[in-house]
Amino acid sequence: MIPSLRRCSAALAVMAAIAVPAAAATQLTGAGSTFDFPFFSKAFYIYSQKNPDVTVNYQSIGSGGGIKQFSSKTVDFGATDVPMNGEELAGAKDAVLQIPVTLGGAAMAYNLPGVNNLKLTRQMVADIFLGKITKWNDPQIAKLNKATSIPDTSIVVVHRSDGSGTSYIFTDFLSHVSPEWKSKVGTGKSPSWPTGVGAKGTEGVAGQVRNTPGGIGYVEMAYVVENKMTAALLQNKAGKWVSCTPETVAAAAASKPEVSASNFSIVDAAGAGSYPIAGYSWVVVYKKPSDAGRAKALYNVLSWLIGPSGQDNAKSVDYVPLPRNVQETAAATLRQMQH
Amino acid sequence: MTDEPQFRRVARFVSPADRGFAAAVYGGSILFALLILGLFVELVLGSWPSIVRFGPGFIFHSGWDPINSKFGALPMIYGTVVTSLIAIVLAAFVGIMAAVFLADFAPRWLATPLSFLIELLAAVPSVVYGLWGLFVLSPFVRTALGPALQKVLGWTPVFSGTIYGVGLLTAGMILALMIVPTVTAISRDVIAAIPRDLREASMALGTTKWETAVRVVLPAARVGVFGACVLALGRALGETIAVTMVIGNRPEISASLFAPSYTLASVIANEFTEATTSIYVSALIELGLILFAVSIVVNALARVMIWSVRGSERA
Repeated sequence: MIPSLRRCSAALAVMAAIAVPAAAATQLTGAGSTFDFPFFSKAFYIYSQKNPDVTVNYQSIGSGGGIKQFSSKTVDFGATDVPMNGEELAGAKDAVLQIPVTLGGAAMAYNLPGVNNLKLTRQMVADIFLGKITKWNDPQIAKLNKATSIPDTSIVVVHRSDGSGTSYIFTDFLSHVSPEWKSKVGTGKSPSWPTGVGAKGTEGVAGQVRNTPGGIGYVEMAYVVENKMTAALLQNKAGKWVSCTPETVAAAAASKPEVSASNFSIVDAAGAGSYPIAGYSWVVVYKKPSDAGRAKALYNVLSWLIGPSGQDNAKSVDYVPLPRNVQETAAATLRQMQH
Repeated sequence: MTDEPQFRRVARFVSPADRGFAAAVYGGSILFALLILGLFVELVLGSWPSIVRFGPGFIFHSGWDPINSKFGALPMIYGTVVTSLIAIVLAAFVGIMAAVFLADFAPRWLATPLSFLIELLAAVPSVVYGLWGLFVLSPFVRTALGPALQKVLGWTPVFSGTIYGVGLLTAGMILALMIVPTVTAISRDVIAAIPRDLREASMALGTTKWETAVRVVLPAARVGVFGACVLALGRALGETIAVTMVIGNRPEISASLFAPSYTLASVIANEFTEATTSIYVSALIELGLILFAVSIVVNALARVMIWSVRGSERA
């Protein structure tokens, strides 16, 4: 018993000695948005390959949890799908910088066997989600889609049941295009939906739509692209018909280069090529981090992430890279960080 | 009476190992009590802002609107209780019948692998049940079971309305599947433990095997079987992920079993990670407190029922 214990402690001492040189590398930690996770894990992996002295440990615990951990300074940075609001900024210990890091869009996936290239106006989407249009062959929809015969199917609205940045972007869009939605429901991650069924996660919404003839739901662009789902063409503010692609989402973002945490909405954007349901995801850092060494490392990681080489990684995982003019805005904000 | 001091004296001579064991046993039980108490205190503290702001109305109001900070838990309490009731009714019937079969009817070569398979059901992760529910059971309810039920019983409000596939009935069915192993495994052991004499005496009176099982063995085992059902019900009340995937997540009270609904545990699982305002988080924690209370009430009711069964036995 005793000799084996001694052997154990000797082994532990050896292991500790081996572990010391590795601990010299800076390990940054971040927490927050689940939406960002696939992009971050790819990008931070690539970064550590090039800079072995820095590793980033990102925990995708959700935006709310990320903001909480960031505010209590247990992580170096937080990530959130919606910028921190006044109450949250007051809850943080020091001045905060909010930097856009990636873009997302939501496609209107639907299930109507035999009907492709369905067109919907912004008002129709709002009326469907308000429960005012309940049949697919509603005169308005039929009139707009004369070329195809639309079946007499009931519409089944599917929305996210879990709190989600995608729901925020989608309700932000609905609030912009429908005063009724704005007053009755409003914008948020977990709104009180007037109609429909809730499904958990992007894959839940997609699965429910796929399962239900007559179903319609908003699904993250990356998911729709990877799974080749049928999605509706939407009319944008300029009156053009657009589908949800990396190009149209980037066009929406590029139409408003001066984006900031207090003025961040890019739904229903102007411009002929803009897709109307799009939004940013954000990283939050302290303006004056307490540990200078870590601050330097964090600054380097983030400026790489929002620069051209970091943003290139977004494409490979079907995320939308920030347009060049937005990258510049983001870099200007990041430079205010003490490093 | 006179024996008692003797026992105590013997206890004083025990070795340190015995004393250590006694400390571990006492310590373990006290730790459990403290854990439950700590859980309760933590839940009350976390939900205090919500309790102060919404008062008892929180339990009696419908409407869940985080954007406008309006919270009412009634639809979730309803959904939790109804899905669990559906589950326990289905699971108790099937589970007890299976237990009777395994204990008294099945030949050994069949009983052993069958028991193993049923217990295996308990080892399947709940997310797998959820996915199966979403992709197999819910389409089945929407296209086959739902329309069939509606055809026969559609005149009652319980089976009226649009059939989405997801909803109270589907969630109850998934839960039933998940708690059947608990009901069966415990009931089978209880039934197997009923003395052989009882069965032989019954047979000697000329009953059939079936009559013996239903009229003699099951009544003798009822306390244990009831306990199995209570344990299973407890699991149904708290089950989260599988239910979340098939219940439709709609905070509304509807008489129809086809309607989407919501459970206390599902709301917490869905919204906790992205809940950003403090009153919102507090309201979610209060849902946890209510779930805690519902579980205690259900367990207490079950206790009372077991006592009354035992009481009637003595009479």
